[in-house]
Amino acid sequence: MGGSASQLPKEQLAEYQELTFLSKQEILLAHKRFNELTKDERNPPTRVPMDKILALPELKSNPFRKRICHVFSTSEVKDGSLTFEDFLDLLSAFSDSATLEIKSHYAFRIFDFDDDGTLDGGDLEKLVNCLTGDTDDTRLTQEEMRQLITNILEESDIDKDGTVNLSEFQHVISRSPDFVSSFKIVL
Amino acid sequence: MDSVDAVFLPDRGRGPASNPLLDQLPSYQSLLYRRKPSNAAGSTKRRNSSLRERFGSLTNRWTAGRADNKQKTGILQRPVREQPKSMGDKRMDRDLRLEQDRRRHGWSQWQRSMRRSLRRLRDDGMDWLRSLELWRGDIHMIEGMFGTGILSYFSFLRFLVLLNFVMFLLMFGFVIFPIIVAPRASGNITYHASNISECSVYPAKSRQGLVVFHEYITDLLSGTGFLEQTYLFYGYYRVGGIHFPMHSYNLPLAYLLVTVAYLLLSLVWIVKRSAAGFKQNLIQDEDRFQSFCNKIFAGWDFCITNENATRLKRSSLLYELRTDLEEERIKQKIADRTRKDKCRIFALRLVLNVFVTAVLASCFYCIYRATMFSQLAQQKKEPVNFIVDLILEYLPSIVITMANFMTPLVFSLIIQFEDYSPAFEIRFTLMRCVFMRLASIGVLLFSLWAQITSCDGKECSSCGYNHKLYPCWETHVGQEMYKLMIFDFLIIGAVTVFVEFPRKIIFNHCDCGLAKWWGQQEFAIPQNVLEIVYGQTICWIGTFYCPLLPAISTLKYFIVFYIKKVSLVNNCRPSTRPFRASSSNFFFLVVLLIGLALACIPVMVSMAQIQSSKACGPFISFTTSWAVVPKTVETLPGGLKTFLYALASEPFAVSLFVVTCLAMFYVIALAGAHKKVINQLREQLAMEGRDKRFLIQKLCQAQKRELRVLNSY
Repeated sequence: MGGSASQLPKEQLAEYQELTFLSKQEILLAHKRFNELTKDERNPPTRVPMDKILALPELKSNPFRKRICHVFSTSEVKDGSLTFEDFLDLLSAFSDSATLEIKSHYAFRIFDFDDDGTLDGGDLEKLVNCLTGDTDDTRLTQEEMRQLITNILEESDIDKDGTVNLSEFQHVISRSPDFVSSFKIVL
Repeated sequence: MDSVDAVFLPDRGRGPASNPLLDQLPSYQSLLYRRKPSNAAGSTKRRNSSLRERFGSLTNRWTAGRADNKQKTGILQRPVREQPKSMGDKRMDRDLRLEQDRRRHGWSQWQRSMRRSLRRLRDDGMDWLRSLELWRGDIHMIEGMFGTGILSYFSFLRFLVLLNFVMFLLMFGFVIFPIIVAPRASGNITYHASNISECSVYPAKSRQGLVVFHEYITDLLSGTGFLEQTYLFYGYYRVGGIHFPMHSYNLPLAYLLVTVAYLLLSLVWIVKRSAAGFKQNLIQDEDRFQSFCNKIFAGWDFCITNENATRLKRSSLLYELRTDLEEERIKQKIADRTRKDKCRIFALRLVLNVFVTAVLASCFYCIYRATMFSQLAQQKKEPVNFIVDLILEYLPSIVITMANFMTPLVFSLIIQFEDYSPAFEIRFTLMRCVFMRLASIGVLLFSLWAQITSCDGKECSSCGYNHKLYPCWETHVGQEMYKLMIFDFLIIGAVTVFVEFPRKIIFNHCDCGLAKWWGQQEFAIPQNVLEIVYGQTICWIGTFYCPLLPAISTLKYFIVFYIKKVSLVNNCRPSTRPFRASSSNFFFLVVLLIGLALACIPVMVSMAQIQSSKACGPFISFTTSWAVVPKTVETLPGGLKTFLYALASEPFAVSLFVVTCLAMFYVIALAGAHKKVINQLREQLAMEGRDKRFLIQKLCQAQKRELRVLNSY
């Protein structure tokens, strides 16, 4: 729904306002941009494939774009495709008025590269490589990576099991002053 | 569930604590976010079915999974949109709640619907307020290209525009508006009677006869001539009181109280704005801004949309991480220093600090001499040449600007020899620059006052100030502040036009070594912030002497926003040195508070100590400006008068001080106790984790033994 209709009905708009953190203008803008992704097709599908989503300018240069699509996708085949409602969920989690809890929950899922519910050493290493760039001259050396991961675990792993679970992550994020302002996407 | 059988499977070897039983623990189940496939398929089909059907199938689902039920009751009180689920799940939750509400009667139902509509109203209100925000589109674009560090500079600039506008409204509303409106509202303005004494002689400064055009420009740029006897300066407000039909309006009191009010308002607004940042910074025991978790988990600005900016952000993050890891190693090295090393470094730092103090002292002396020279030249009144006159008028501003340009270079050179850690180096250099900038205004004012309160080198006995040279000294101080502000604005514009644009042109078209060495312009946040804080400090000091200065300041910052934005977008690249949003905000507001504190001192001193001029201004009939307050308190009714006297008396001040100290000690003790409890809880949590893993290992071993026993039959 939402892909075929060119205008959103009012009750639908009110429902989306209640279920997300977006304002009316933001939902309408999201609707417009989502429709533009499939405007060349005669029969636009309700579920937009991942490569079209990744062409959005807001996501194009983001190193986490594939993870974002996978996390918010409700597709059964896990191909990262998004419906309009998934897209609204995405914008709602990244909006200005989303609560810290929502943001930290979704951030945890985005950073959990192997989807096992915890951030272990492998996840953290992939995360750092995403941040610094994946080519050989932009990567940290093995020694530096080891030192960095040790430091991160020392700061965030409270029960000392070698991994960061969701509550530990949310605890660290609650003390991080930069998180709310950086975890934001506005169309 | 299938994970029960997994116990009998060999360990998958996922990690040090890999155990299938861990996945079955209640703490893990409640955090499980893996969606069961039937949920996703059901939500799209369910859209058109009736509510009752939905609820029927829902009850079946919920009674099946008991763990889910326990989860439900725990989080049922939060609004639906605060749950981290997909839209379909949220919709089902909301419908479930609506059904439950329908079954509930009376008070709680009404309460819930009231809460819902209030929330909707509040959301609509916030949307409307946000749409009124100034420069939203521009700031969004800057954020996309440069990230949140530079964004914080521009939102700081926006905050200053608002602050100055509010200050202007205060001044206008309480001082200028009554004077303008009085004739229309049948108010009677009483001016101060001019007692015939030598102190109250105020010769008219407007030019007579044939005036050459460039003299108008000189007047406009230095506030003399036709601008002197206008609402712009203190001297014009000779009003004693305004008598309306109903009551009378004490203008001198209003003037003084508005000054105090705008200083207090600025303080409250800045503290409120920085409250979040302060809380974070003061509560943490270590330097949390530099913590690794903050850099890794909150390091990426998701709002960046520019490919170039992404590349630069990545390299700056890499640089920052490498620097921090390096700093850890340096800390280790510092701890390993021998005694001889420490003595050598200490002696070196002492010498360099003495050198820095000498540099600062020489700059201040230059400013003092320049001010004296400029004042003497103005007294002489021999117009040499248009340009030379203007330079003489602006000599203090020129010297201050040159000193503020050269000292940061000197400081950043010196700090390299002092062998501090990189983060501390940056902060210390910044602190020195801040001190230099803000203290130079103080030196200027001090040298002005030295001139004003000395008559031929000795105490001024007749009027308390030098009435021959400065019949209206407040206007003169106001003119100096006005000149500082205009010059600051001109310099910002001139540097952008004559330095930054040519630099870009040279960099783009010329391939010579000079271009490569100079490099492309980077938007240096600390220097830019110091510039605007300097301007704001001038505004705070100068508003008492030049009531329309906040309006000029508002306009100035408004135009500076566009100048900086154009320069940023066209000339600058994102900085290679990272500047985080949170530490930026904290830094800006701390520097602004220092500026406010430094601005309060001259204003307070001049209100209370220096005799107000007898020839102009609202305080002609008072000894000092502050004297109007005791005089007004005298006229108040008895009870209020005694109360105010009690507030200002020593016993009250001492007891207030003692009570504040006690409260502070109590809070510090409480914080210490909490810290101890937190450490104990941390140790306990680590111990519980170890216990859990130990018990699970034992359980698995017992199960394996049992299985072997069973299999052996």
